[in-house]
Amino acid sequence: MNVLQEIIPNVKNMKQLQNLVLARRASQIKEELRQSEFSNLCFKFTCSQRVRKPFKEVINVSWGDAHKTGMKPLSFVQQVLAACLYPQLVNSDRLPVGVRQRAQSLLKGCDGGSVGSYTATRGISERVHRVSEFITRRDGGAPSYPENIFISPGSQWNILNVLVNSEASHRTGVLTPVPCYSIALMSIRGLGAVTVPYNLNEEQGWELQVEELHRALESAKGVCNPVALYVINPGNPAGYVQSRKSIQEVIQFVSEKRLFLLADEVYQDCVHGENSEFVSYKRVLAEMGPPLSDTVELASFHSASKGFMGECGLRGGYVELVNLDLAVMKYIYKLFSTDACAPVLGQFALDMMMKPPQPGDPSYPLYSMETQHIRTTLVHNVKRVLEVVNNLPGFCCQPVKGVFAFPRLHLPPKAIQKAKEMGMQPDAFYCMRLLEEAGVIVSPGCDYGQKEGTHHIRFYIMTPEDTMEEVLRRLSSFHTQFMKDFS
Amino acid sequence: MSQQAANGVPCRGKVLTLDNMNPNVRRVEYAVRGAIVQRAGQIEKELKEGVKKPFTEVIKANIGDAHAMGQKPISFLRQVLALCSYPELLEDNKFPEDAKHRARRILEACGGHSIGAYSASQGIECVRQDVARYIEKRDGGIPSNPDNIYLSTGASDAIVTMLKLLVCGEGRDRTGVMISIPQYPLYSAALADLGAVQISYYLDEDKCWSLDVAELKRAVDAARQHCNPRVLCIINPGNPTGQVQSRQCIEDVIRFAKEEHLFLMADEVYQDNVYAEGCKFHSFKKVLFEMGPAYSSTVEMASFHSTSKCYMGECGFRGGYMEVINMDPEVKAQLTKLVSVRLCPPVPGQALLDLVVNPPQPDEPSYNTFMKERTAVLAALAEKARLTEQIFNEVPGVTCNPVQGAMYTFPRIALPQKAIDKAKEEGQVPDMFYCMRLLEEEGICLVPGSGFGQREGTFHFRMTILPPTEKLKIVLQKISDFHVRFTQEFS
Repeated sequence: MNVLQEIIPNVKNMKQLQNLVLARRASQIKEELRQSEFSNLCFKFTCSQRVRKPFKEVINVSWGDAHKTGMKPLSFVQQVLAACLYPQLVNSDRLPVGVRQRAQSLLKGCDGGSVGSYTATRGISERVHRVSEFITRRDGGAPSYPENIFISPGSQWNILNVLVNSEASHRTGVLTPVPCYSIALMSIRGLGAVTVPYNLNEEQGWELQVEELHRALESAKGVCNPVALYVINPGNPAGYVQSRKSIQEVIQFVSEKRLFLLADEVYQDCVHGENSEFVSYKRVLAEMGPPLSDTVELASFHSASKGFMGECGLRGGYVELVNLDLAVMKYIYKLFSTDACAPVLGQFALDMMMKPPQPGDPSYPLYSMETQHIRTTLVHNVKRVLEVVNNLPGFCCQPVKGVFAFPRLHLPPKAIQKAKEMGMQPDAFYCMRLLEEAGVIVSPGCDYGQKEGTHHIRFYIMTPEDTMEEVLRRLSSFHTQFMKDFS
Repeated sequence: MSQQAANGVPCRGKVLTLDNMNPNVRRVEYAVRGAIVQRAGQIEKELKEGVKKPFTEVIKANIGDAHAMGQKPISFLRQVLALCSYPELLEDNKFPEDAKHRARRILEACGGHSIGAYSASQGIECVRQDVARYIEKRDGGIPSNPDNIYLSTGASDAIVTMLKLLVCGEGRDRTGVMISIPQYPLYSAALADLGAVQISYYLDEDKCWSLDVAELKRAVDAARQHCNPRVLCIINPGNPTGQVQSRQCIEDVIRFAKEEHLFLMADEVYQDNVYAEGCKFHSFKKVLFEMGPAYSSTVEMASFHSTSKCYMGECGFRGGYMEVINMDPEVKAQLTKLVSVRLCPPVPGQALLDLVVNPPQPDEPSYNTFMKERTAVLAALAEKARLTEQIFNEVPGVTCNPVQGAMYTFPRIALPQKAIDKAKEEGQVPDMFYCMRLLEEEGICLVPGSGFGQREGTFHFRMTILPPTEKLKIVLQKISDFHVRFTQEFS
């Protein structure tokens, strides 16, 4: 009998994401395509039972990863990191002077002048200061203190860990939006806590309505002990940006109900469109003044994985903790210290995001051009997505203010029936067919939670324009056929 | 906001308090970055501000960070990583062909050909394949399956992940995890955080910190009274003790694990750091398979490795992996799901790992320089290990076992009763009191033995052997002098 047969139930209870199932199938298809291309080259007609695919490559728009979809990384970031990795480049003129200056400045903060050293637990002191300066600037002067900031990949896990009390008589509950970033749900459940869903209002552009928060909290009575409210702004998967008024209502709510506020704001740099301006929870809290500004306990998260940099692979992010009990902060510090420190290159990427090249800097013209291009691409893609998707019958998309489209699918009953027969969620079934027949990977709404009886897909729109055109072309053609097949 | 305490706003209105926070987190201690290190940081700040001290710098001999102590990165590794970071450098003829070849291969395997893209949660496939090949080569041809390789954020991430998977049950059924005394405190911290039961087994200081199966048996039998022992953790080469286990010992441990039905966790991050004559690194996996199918097809095990130690010392990259052996396929599926929650390990660390397991070969242009640099690093460490043992053993009241491997020395220090009493008065454990005094007087930061565990009534400290040889000599001299002074003061 295996030792490991009996494993921690918390892990067992984490739902397997359909996204991963799709990814595995996509790998197989890619391999099949590669082999059939090879056999074509050899002029061999392999006796294949495989149906030939009507596409030459698979396009993956299910990850929030700009580099993966083909967006060009920012030159400044790539060059600075290269110089930091191989400091001989700092002295050569192979790289622009602005790049070399920044690299030199970053390396000064490293012990032994090497990116291979450990750093302080919170992050390199100068980098942490940079983050707090960024926050203060962003929030119109509301002060931010370095001792409240931890640079870390996956810091949400540590904060949740402190909140979840497995020895209490009732299980810890965390209010989570529907729909919600799937990793957050998994993290909460993985710690043995319970998610308490509150529905965002799709018809009102995914508005967070405070009455719904009250209802959700009420529903938790007797089931669990809610300790925190998790909000995502800008949204993921739904592409909303919260209004200042909505943020104020949430803050009032958590204060009244004595909940810890977890504000996931990693997409704050990706906002576009009319009437959509990102304002941070911290800023609104500060501007609401005492007693709220001195008492509401808040953890805000940001990351270098998103925004224009899109450096997901470097794993650089931070959490700012506001109004926490100082004694609790000591333990949080200890917890972070067991992770040693965030990867140094990730800290550097974060630094460059917090303080990009400024007008007047030698690196500014190229940086500005590249980020402008990204902005233009995003705006263009959003327009095209809404045009195409909203013109397809059975598809309906709320305004997209971020980097994900989360359109609603009105699936015909026959399709829902077929999905049921196959033991799949209807939108997962749709996504699998989309992959098999059109070579496009998107995520099904069931991975994020959605109102009962509704179905959605999520796809990333930060892609090169021609990639998005191709995705939309394949999606339209597939969708039309699918709706016909199941009518 | 953080000033509110200064403003006198009462804290009893807090939502998150000591009383309602996760009680497990309150039990977490991690001495390597603990109180003494924080004091060292304060002192550094004071020095920067111009405060006069009896020393001009703080020497941080508390943490196994080679580059921080002046060790130079291996050129080849950094060249490839720079090429990966900024692929236009592939046009630059100052970079050797073998570096470019590897960079191209790594970039090919990355999403969008960028190290800034997420990778698969288990790690980039071609890197896992290279790791498997490296393990096969290291272990004399014993097969390794890339599917059993999980890349991780340093070895620590993989160790904690495995423990997350293993710790379950309530009350008397709660998982017990065997860990050595002394041990690297990540283990005790993780066990505290997970609410697991720590089962301590003592290494034998008089026998060069060797591991005795009889002691393992004593520990596990006692533990069965109050918990469910399921895991046995071994660190080889050892941290903080540096002992390199003999092949016989490893066989005995494997036999024990099988008999007691325990999951083996073999922390082998120092596998290239072996110095003492007559000592050799034997991987647990190799020994397991050489013991034949009765063992190799049944004992469940995970081996851990990292890019932070050995000759690379690239701690800041957070690169590492684990190989799982004989894991139940259903459990493995759960493991794969669990690692997906942290998305993916840092990609530069994965790229670095790929180079470590795929170094320049004799017929490649970078080979000579690479081998020269690698040999120099390991030779310097061996010399420093020898020097440390020699100098410390000349000090009355300090007993130092040979530093057979790893990067640390863990000498026993005799403390006068008066010092022990004084420490108690000040509310400190005696070896913390000793180390704090050393820090304040000489600016040398060590970690007290109490942070790692030690036999009751004995005291130790852990010091790294990483400073450059000349500086190390000075540090050793200063500590020796301090010890004599300290002993005199409290006699």
